[in-house]
Amino acid sequence: MTRKTLFKIFIHMFLITSVFIIAFPVIYAIITSTLSFKEAFQFPPRLVPNKYFVSNLIEAWNRVNMGRLFFNSAFISVVVAVVKIILSLMAAFAYTHFRFPGRGLLFAVCMITQMLPLPVRIVPTYDLMKAFGWIDTYWALTVPFFASTTGILLFRQFFLTVPRDLSDAARVDGAGPIRYFLQILVPISKTNIAALFVIEFIFMWSQYLWPLIVTNSPEMRVVQIGLKMLLASEQQAPEWNVIMAGTVVAMLPPLAILLLLRRSFAQGIAMQSQK
Amino acid sequence: MGGERFPEHKILPYLLVFPSVAVIIVFLVVPFIQSVRASFYRTSIFGTKTFFVGFQNYIRLFSSPDYLHSILITLAFSAFVIIVGLSLSLLIALAVNQKIHGQGFYQVAFIWTYALSPAVAGTIWALLFAPATGLIPYIVFRLSHYRLNWMTNGQIALLVVSAAATWKMLGYNIVFYIAGLQNVPRELLEAARVDGAGPWRTFWVVTFPLLSPTTTFLIFVNVLYAFFQVFGLIDIMTQGGPGNSTEILVYKLYRDGFVHFNTGYASAQSFVLFLAIATFAAIQLKVSTRKAVYAR
Repeated sequence: MTRKTLFKIFIHMFLITSVFIIAFPVIYAIITSTLSFKEAFQFPPRLVPNKYFVSNLIEAWNRVNMGRLFFNSAFISVVVAVVKIILSLMAAFAYTHFRFPGRGLLFAVCMITQMLPLPVRIVPTYDLMKAFGWIDTYWALTVPFFASTTGILLFRQFFLTVPRDLSDAARVDGAGPIRYFLQILVPISKTNIAALFVIEFIFMWSQYLWPLIVTNSPEMRVVQIGLKMLLASEQQAPEWNVIMAGTVVAMLPPLAILLLLRRSFAQGIAMQSQK
Repeated sequence: MGGERFPEHKILPYLLVFPSVAVIIVFLVVPFIQSVRASFYRTSIFGTKTFFVGFQNYIRLFSSPDYLHSILITLAFSAFVIIVGLSLSLLIALAVNQKIHGQGFYQVAFIWTYALSPAVAGTIWALLFAPATGLIPYIVFRLSHYRLNWMTNGQIALLVVSAAATWKMLGYNIVFYIAGLQNVPRELLEAARVDGAGPWRTFWVVTFPLLSPTTTFLIFVNVLYAFFQVFGLIDIMTQGGPGNSTEILVYKLYRDGFVHFNTGYASAQSFVLFLAIATFAAIQLKVSTRKAVYAR
């Protein structure tokens, strides 16, 4: 065996061990979600799956009204991701294809989003929701998230690489900016659109602090808060088998979207890192 | 920025940026200014009146041992997330980037932790470390007869929440490092080898400096994450406890603002957080522009 082959075997062993160690907490969570209450408390811990996943899931589902929580999380994640994509496309189009007084200033305004995450403005933003009467509504859970620095930067980066000939040709054909935007620019951006969808869907699905403070009825809670409710809902020891059934299912939607769109996502990331 | 392509349309660009700018001004800029203002006021006990108190909220903040403790905890937590997280991620990305089969498989096998939410990560790690029944305390007990209990030992609690937070970011960091490594020109690596540099030296002299834009970017993203986005993880795992040993700044802010309803005091904390992030963004901008010039 050559030194090179040995080296490759070593690399594979290292990588496979890493994959396993990183995946292990989730594997253990999945195993726990299939156990009975008693087995989840076995000491030493049991590492062999059993057959109670469905009954654990039904228990978790009923305990915190998970169907409703899933709908809420999915709804706000899709709405926010789609609106963010549309608004970012529009803004990036303006910043790259037009020259207008105040462009630099308006671009700077869009960039400060990064500097103002929720915690640096949390109390007045909450008060604003109260003033609008938006507490415990989908408005509060979606509208404040609609602007996206990431999206504007990603599309701007891409639009700058689009050859000028394309817009010139459109003009020769008598197409105005809106037609050029909708029929040429948006369709050729579909990889970036998919990448941004993944990023923003996962971002919204993971929100915790904001939904915690702007919702209070059980009908308006989201999945992430549901996990806390599952953990807190029993009196004595946590029912890990039930909690894990809920947790495993809560991971699935963002995971599915990431895996489905992973090629676009990776290309989008490669683009972002070429800044 | 791009040039003029549709010069006869004067109003259209404003209409295009209006929705984004309006959302930012109404929900970000104005509340932020109000928050800065509120940090100089104090609300009466019954919430009926507010008084101007100057810098009193800030003085109170920086003479509070709890707050100074929270700053230290946050820095330790962030340092762990960045140093451990980025080193591990870079190591794994370097291995994936070798000329081996199955690169596509490994990419997918690492990327997925990006889809985990901080709350999910917290729930799973709470299970792993559950004091009486968890797997890790069991292993530790078998190896050393030490009864690991992170619910009573503050330092262990901080270590466990840091590790859980780091774990959740691995996929994201690895993906960015793989993308960054693929931008490192092969010719440069070859040239270094021809010059007689070993792999270790090649890494430090060629690869690592060329990766610095990726590293700077990832440090920034991880700081934002460690400062602001781990709230759910802390709330699920420890709620700042035991005692206040895992009460990072954003958790303390939430407690003072939304549990104790101490608006002025919480707003002062918001402004301190803003100063921290602004300083950090300025450093990042400075470093990344310098490096960008250097890399070309």
